[in-house]
Amino acid sequence: MKKPYKEIIDLSWGDLQRAGVKPLSFVRQVICDSFPFIFFVEEQHMQVLAFSSELTPHSFSDVCLQNCIRKSFVSSGSYTATAGIPEIVHRVAEFITRQDGGIPSHPENIYISAGSQRALTNIVTILMNRKASPRTGILTPVPCYNIATLSMMAQGATVVPYYLNQEHSWELQIEELHRALESAQRVCNPVALYVINPGNPTGHVQSRKSMQEVIHFVSERSLFLLADEIDVYQDCFNGEKTEFVLMEMGPPLSDTVELASFHSASKGFMGECGLRDGYVELVNLDHTVMKYIYVLFSKDSSAPVLGQFALDLMANPPQPGDPSYPLYNVEMQNIRTTVADNAKRAVEVVNNMLGFCCQPVEGGAFAFPQLHLPPKAIEKAEEMGMKPDTYYCTRLYEESGVLVRPGSEYGQKEGTYHIRYIFQLTGLSCPFHINEHICNKLNCTVTSFHFTPFIFLFSRFCIATSADIMEELLKRLSIFHTQFMEDFS
Amino acid sequence: PFPPYHTAVRGVDGKHHNNSNNNNNNNEMSQQAMNGVPQRGKLLTLDNMNPKVKRVEYAVRGPIVQRAVQIEKELREGVKKPFTEVIKANIGDAHAMGQKPITFLRQVLALCSYPELLKDNQFPEDAKKRAQRILEACGGHSIGAYSASQGIECIRHDVAHFIEKRDGGIPSNPDNIYLSTGASDAIVTILKLLVSGEGRDRTGVMISIPQYPLYSAALAELDAVQISYYLDEDKCWSLDVKELRRALYAARQHCNPRVLCIINPGNPTGQVQSRQCIEDVIRFAKEENLFLMADEVYQDNVYAEGCQFHSFKKVLFEMGPEYSSKVEMASFHSTSKCYMGECGFRGGYMEVINMDPEVKAQLTKLVSVRLCPPVPGQALLDLVVNPPQPDEPSYATFMKERTAVLAALAEKAKLTEQIFNTVPGITCNPVQGAMYTFPRISLPQKAIDKAKEEGQVPDMFYCMKLLEEEGICLVPGSGFGQREGTFHFRMTILPPTEKLKLVLKKIKDFHLRFTKEFS
Repeated sequence: MKKPYKEIIDLSWGDLQRAGVKPLSFVRQVICDSFPFIFFVEEQHMQVLAFSSELTPHSFSDVCLQNCIRKSFVSSGSYTATAGIPEIVHRVAEFITRQDGGIPSHPENIYISAGSQRALTNIVTILMNRKASPRTGILTPVPCYNIATLSMMAQGATVVPYYLNQEHSWELQIEELHRALESAQRVCNPVALYVINPGNPTGHVQSRKSMQEVIHFVSERSLFLLADEIDVYQDCFNGEKTEFVLMEMGPPLSDTVELASFHSASKGFMGECGLRDGYVELVNLDHTVMKYIYVLFSKDSSAPVLGQFALDLMANPPQPGDPSYPLYNVEMQNIRTTVADNAKRAVEVVNNMLGFCCQPVEGGAFAFPQLHLPPKAIEKAEEMGMKPDTYYCTRLYEESGVLVRPGSEYGQKEGTYHIRYIFQLTGLSCPFHINEHICNKLNCTVTSFHFTPFIFLFSRFCIATSADIMEELLKRLSIFHTQFMEDFS
Repeated sequence: PFPPYHTAVRGVDGKHHNNSNNNNNNNEMSQQAMNGVPQRGKLLTLDNMNPKVKRVEYAVRGPIVQRAVQIEKELREGVKKPFTEVIKANIGDAHAMGQKPITFLRQVLALCSYPELLKDNQFPEDAKKRAQRILEACGGHSIGAYSASQGIECIRHDVAHFIEKRDGGIPSNPDNIYLSTGASDAIVTILKLLVSGEGRDRTGVMISIPQYPLYSAALAELDAVQISYYLDEDKCWSLDVKELRRALYAARQHCNPRVLCIINPGNPTGQVQSRQCIEDVIRFAKEENLFLMADEVYQDNVYAEGCQFHSFKKVLFEMGPEYSSKVEMASFHSTSKCYMGECGFRGGYMEVINMDPEVKAQLTKLVSVRLCPPVPGQALLDLVVNPPQPDEPSYATFMKERTAVLAALAEKAKLTEQIFNTVPGITCNPVQGAMYTFPRISLPQKAIDKAKEEGQVPDMFYCMKLLEEEGICLVPGSGFGQREGTFHFRMTILPPTEKLKLVLKKIKDFHLRFTKEFS
């Protein structure tokens, strides 16, 4: 089949390795070292022997994994304790404690799962009362990572939207939470508030003040707090964790607000999404309820062992002085440099495209350009029975082989068309803000920002990829976009 | 929202209760009292959490296992016990009991995990070829990338091919294959799809007694109606369609039966269904309009003379188009059992047959909610369905290892049956397949009474005592279901032969002691 391109560029996932970033050698070497029987050697009962290959430096010696092996770990092929290999759970708790400036994190409150979504599903199960009337409700942001809301709906929850404020970089505003809760109480029994920080797909980083307001809110309104914080500890992002903010606020809040905080090793520069490695930390839950949470997780048997290793290595990467540190450091630096270079290049190219505007990338793995679509394009989309962003993405894909996901999946406010209508293109989290500076940069009058039927597309794509792929992407995007804008001028 | 502390709580039964958190949680009370913090009841409590969850139990990792873990901790701390280690014969985890992984599988996985090793000449060519093929099919050529929700396409093709070969050429469509996080994930997903309705219309799901408690747990959580059909202990745990019919007709009074689950080879009972029986079940399912769920994760674990694994799909198609075009079915397989024992990788799949295309579209949507199954598990599954062939370098070692594992299990199955049957008060059916034995134990009335005094189910009382006195962890039969008034335990046959002999002797001694103590 003839196409103007040879292969698809898929930057639609929050998946660095899919985008071309190589996994960290250290992580993979340790995983290999957990396979002791590769070359059939004399084996003492459960003693693990790293097989000898020049290509894997002896990474065992500098990894606490050895402790695992001595105590409770048996084989990568074994089930583990329900919440995860105990030594790894402990080390994850220690990691969290370190990140939180010493605020203790307790291993018995942590469950490792096959991806954070699985843990979220189990916690939502505990909250649900299917037979209750009115139905159990959960407040969720709009726009929102749709997998989470789909999962809640699949369990019978009523998903109650609260709208993030697009004029203020998709900030969460307390007044809106109040409004949403009021409206919710008419149709369901809201039991929980789901927040995503940094926002997905918005990338907005919650300020500490905002987090404190949220904590007050849930406390006053007796809501359980579900905090999706899978990007929080990543190398590319400096943010604060809900538990940290909560504990800092001291009693009574720190003793009473009930919180489930979700994390993953799928993000950041490690990006081991395919290994399925997530965990949930539960704070201030009732002891009896915790027992039932254990039963729910135990039905899943245990999280994949390789994923547990990945988590462990995220929590305890090689340190200066460790034999594996030099290579690890080089690889991390490479990724950082490539991402920074890509970011500069992407911003440069995109800002030169008509209708596009892109803030400098301050950190992280994603670029977040904003696009005006001309009214003729919007009309054409309607003619075709498609949402404007779907139309743009579909044509982009068909004509240039660049795959991004239309963001209408993430939801938008039912707005009056003639004021403003916002879509997002992809669903990747981004660690910085879009604000009114952009409008100024666009050289469009503020009135036209507010009142003309322009469509803003916030598009997001992964810039953590090889320089070649980035060049190719930008080239194809340029060509497509120029033509597109011409067609609809 | 959750009711504030100071008001009376409306419980899920609609009655008002005083907020009784503090009564249940003495620890919590004293902790809070110590902190000097004004006591505030918990937001999420037993009373207002999902009421269905209270009925969920999973005995394989239940209270007895938790006690076993505690005892292990005590041993490590130097506490003196009449034993030096706890033998965890509660869970079907072969590697944990010393079974070796299959070399070929681990070689390919190592290559997939760290592709640099493709340059290493110690790895055989067939391993490298498979690793390369798998990596090519992965996003970014890495097992660390998400895969499609349904599973990596070329692996689904391999699975379909494997099924065709296994079933004598009956075609299998890769689009009907869904890779999953162990078979459990797929089983729960299908149940989610099937359970609906309210009140008398609520979906009823038929499952054997005894059964693997994932089923009862999932049904409780989904608020489905569990329809129990009893396997016949006197006839080696065989299944009788008359009993299916009895259970079904009774259930029709109060629910809408739609599903029939069958585990073959059985867990915990190990029985391998005869071909005739499978045909009867299929016929029954068609007559009564039931969706069949065939859990076949132990399909390689068949030991007894005269027993053979027959896949439900194969039998279905051999019964002719009247059945093969009508009966709707899902069959399940996994990398956790058989000769592989790779539980930690969480690999598995299901094949759906004759599913309505619109329902299938919903199924595809449903599985996307958990993103994708672990990619290493998918890779491992690929090797299981695409093992070394006779003309390949790894074939000889692979077959040797595979045969050794299965032979050892067969030997242990026989040994277990033999030894248990020498114990007065223990009757053990032949372990025809799977990895467990489910012997019946007769308990003296005094023991039953003592158990009741302690608030324990009698076979839990028995197993707990065994754990405390001998350091052997089994799962009481009550965790799997059994006929009223009978008691059993499930033990795995996985420990190495010498250790198994020891375990069997200890249980024998214990049982005699126990019987004497409570006579």
